Amino acid sequence: MKLRSLMMAVAIAATGLTSAVVTTSAQAQAKEQFFPVLPYRTGAYAPNGVPWGNAYVDYLKLINARDGGINGVKITFEECDTAYATDRGVECYERLKGKAQGSVFQPLSTGITFAMTEKAPADKNPLITAGYGRSESSDGQVFKWNFPLMGTYWSGADIIMQLITKKEGGNIKGKKIALVYHDSPFGKEPIPLLQERAKIQGFDLQLLPVTAPGVEQKATWLQVRQARPDYVLLWGWGVMNSAALKEAVATGYPREKMYGVWWSAAEPDVKDVGEAAKGYNGLVATGEGGKVIADVKAQLHAKKQGTGPVEEVGTTLYNRGLVSAALAVEGVRQAQSRYGKGKVMTGEQIRWGLENLTLDQKALDKLGLGTVMRPLSTSCLDHEGSRSARLHTWDGKKWVYSSDWIEADDTIIKPLVKQFADKYAGEKKLTRRSVADCQS
Amino acid sequence: MFYRENGQFKTTYKADQQIFPITQDRVGVLLLIAFAFIGVPLLADEYMLRAILIPFLILSLAALGVNILVGYCGQISLGSGAFMAVGAYAAYNFFVRIDGMPLIVAVLMGGFFATLVGMFFGIPSLRVKGLYLAVATLAAQFFCDWAFLRITWFTHDSASGTASVSDLQVFGMPINTPFEKYTFCLCFLVVFGLLAKNLVRSAIGREWMAIRDMDVAAAVIGIRPMYAKLSAFAVSSFIVGVAGALWAFVYLGSWEPAAFSVDRSFQLLFMVILGGMGSIMGSFFGAAFIVILPVIINHALPWVGDLVGIPVSTAALTHAEQMIFGALIVWFLIVEPHGLAKLWSVGKQKLRLWPFPH
Repeated sequence: MKLRSLMMAVAIAATGLTSAVVTTSAQAQAKEQFFPVLPYRTGAYAPNGVPWGNAYVDYLKLINARDGGINGVKITFEECDTAYATDRGVECYERLKGKAQGSVFQPLSTGITFAMTEKAPADKNPLITAGYGRSESSDGQVFKWNFPLMGTYWSGADIIMQLITKKEGGNIKGKKIALVYHDSPFGKEPIPLLQERAKIQGFDLQLLPVTAPGVEQKATWLQVRQARPDYVLLWGWGVMNSAALKEAVATGYPREKMYGVWWSAAEPDVKDVGEAAKGYNGLVATGEGGKVIADVKAQLHAKKQGTGPVEEVGTTLYNRGLVSAALAVEGVRQAQSRYGKGKVMTGEQIRWGLENLTLDQKALDKLGLGTVMRPLSTSCLDHEGSRSARLHTWDGKKWVYSSDWIEADDTIIKPLVKQFADKYAGEKKLTRRSVADCQS
Repeated sequence: MFYRENGQFKTTYKADQQIFPITQDRVGVLLLIAFAFIGVPLLADEYMLRAILIPFLILSLAALGVNILVGYCGQISLGSGAFMAVGAYAAYNFFVRIDGMPLIVAVLMGGFFATLVGMFFGIPSLRVKGLYLAVATLAAQFFCDWAFLRITWFTHDSASGTASVSDLQVFGMPINTPFEKYTFCLCFLVVFGLLAKNLVRSAIGREWMAIRDMDVAAAVIGIRPMYAKLSAFAVSSFIVGVAGALWAFVYLGSWEPAAFSVDRSFQLLFMVILGGMGSIMGSFFGAAFIVILPVIINHALPWVGDLVGIPVSTAALTHAEQMIFGALIVWFLIVEPHGLAKLWSVGKQKLRLWPFPH
């Protein structure tokens, strides 16, 4: 009896709490620019999501601490853990979008990007997907709100194929190339480009999907063992990468012939495999830290304001997060240059800023990012900005750069982007943006 | 004092057989539906509608479907996520491949194909029971996961394997704003809720319950187990399939097979067990518990943390959310093994006597 009434009370209290807590959505304060942060600190992909999230938050803190905000506009931010799950990501997006008059979202998940691509235009929130997301969204005439800055997966796959072609002396006709990929929108992204290149270059493409999260890959590597491909491209994320490397060791596949995309070639991926992963190659689109890393250490970590452990600062994924946050901040700064310095920008204004972003080497040096990222410049036609990366190779203890910066080949990617963007526009009954809309 | 049926005499069979024989219940439910249609859209903000109420409505519908199978017919199924997926992808294919396909027809076709698949995977139920059946239905889950991931025809040959829909409309009215989506889902839920309630009160519902309670005895009194079990699979899969189509079309908009993984099957089963097996009302309670409670915990914890002066980090928040949620599930199962619906009926019993307990 008593227990029952207690339970009823709890139930009623819980209902009351919902209405009290959920309906109090904070309104954006004057003179504060809100940045939603969508990291994943839990779940199967947390080891890779955490450094990225820490860096993202660190950079926002740094702008407040070092520069006093963006032209005096203080940055506020809030995190919402997506756990790399699409439905949680959608809930987070709905929750955080109400906190300001539009803001930049970066979900760090291709699956969540697909869901948000459908929602962002209606809410007028720009979407940065730096190094991931839909490849065809680099076509800004169709994807007005998406910004796959610093390289899409098609650019990544193209760069790897250029490197392999170069290594083989220019001719890879008849070679067997296997793509071991995370069976999700993320892993499937490079396939159209690789198929296109296979047609042009005449190599034999083998597709080997790995069911997410990719802990169990015995069957896949058995296929590798049977087919003995000349090269293996690794398109994995999180635990799948180290598992793949361990399986490669077990099957005796040479690590020197494995090429990972930029999400498959960071410290957490090879740390556990250590010496055995020696020779494994991966793309990297960021550089080693310069002034900005020193600033983070001096301004935040020295004052116990840093977000994660200080050892993590300057690692591959950390730099990725830093650059991602910097792109968002620079988008806002660019928007301010048109719509009023020292004002809080709306989603539409930030979108303009991102579309007209020009960061040359001088500007990057001024921001302390000169060595961390490459110059980029966006336009209505090109939402990607820059499409270059280089290779780094694991020497058993650390990553060593092993190639120059390589540009993705526009002659192959451009027609593909146009074809896929047109298909998307056809499905969604969108018309390409006019020239006038582009210049507005 | 207010909630008692004294003086409400039934003079016709019709009056005796209505869904809610007590006037107060009838009025209460009508008020609730009216509130859901009129009051909620006025009170709730966009976040509330889009992130809480729409998923709640859709998963209630799915839980309702699972409850018919698991709660009423006693056939444990772990394939509900798969039937949702079949509904979603079938509706998607009808929607994108046939020009001018009306949305409602597409959603119902999703339900129809889920019915076919559900009946096919229900065939083992004629031979195996209980946990063994659960394992057999798990096969449906894995088969569908595989099929939608690997057979590109189902996803309209989309390169990334994601399906997406937009430009939803019903009779020329767009379904875009949270309010429109909410109303759309609510209409489905009300119709199917009414349908399910009437179905379980009818002859076929009684057959299901007879099978659930003792299948040998049921067969002896002339109930055909095959017909009863497969019809339960069919009705359940149809509702679950419609819910899957709504989940994909209305809530997610763009989805991948991971949205209907085995986790979803477990989630639906938990909803039924927590809410109350063999109770229509229980499906709603279960869905509310599973959908809304984690969000409340997630919102309330930082607020509680502020009160005590401890900042709650994002990772700690998610971990705590799952721990508290898990503990609450265990606690509710211990104090009320018959689910939240049982609590509800106990409450109603108490209300009859209130305020004079004797």
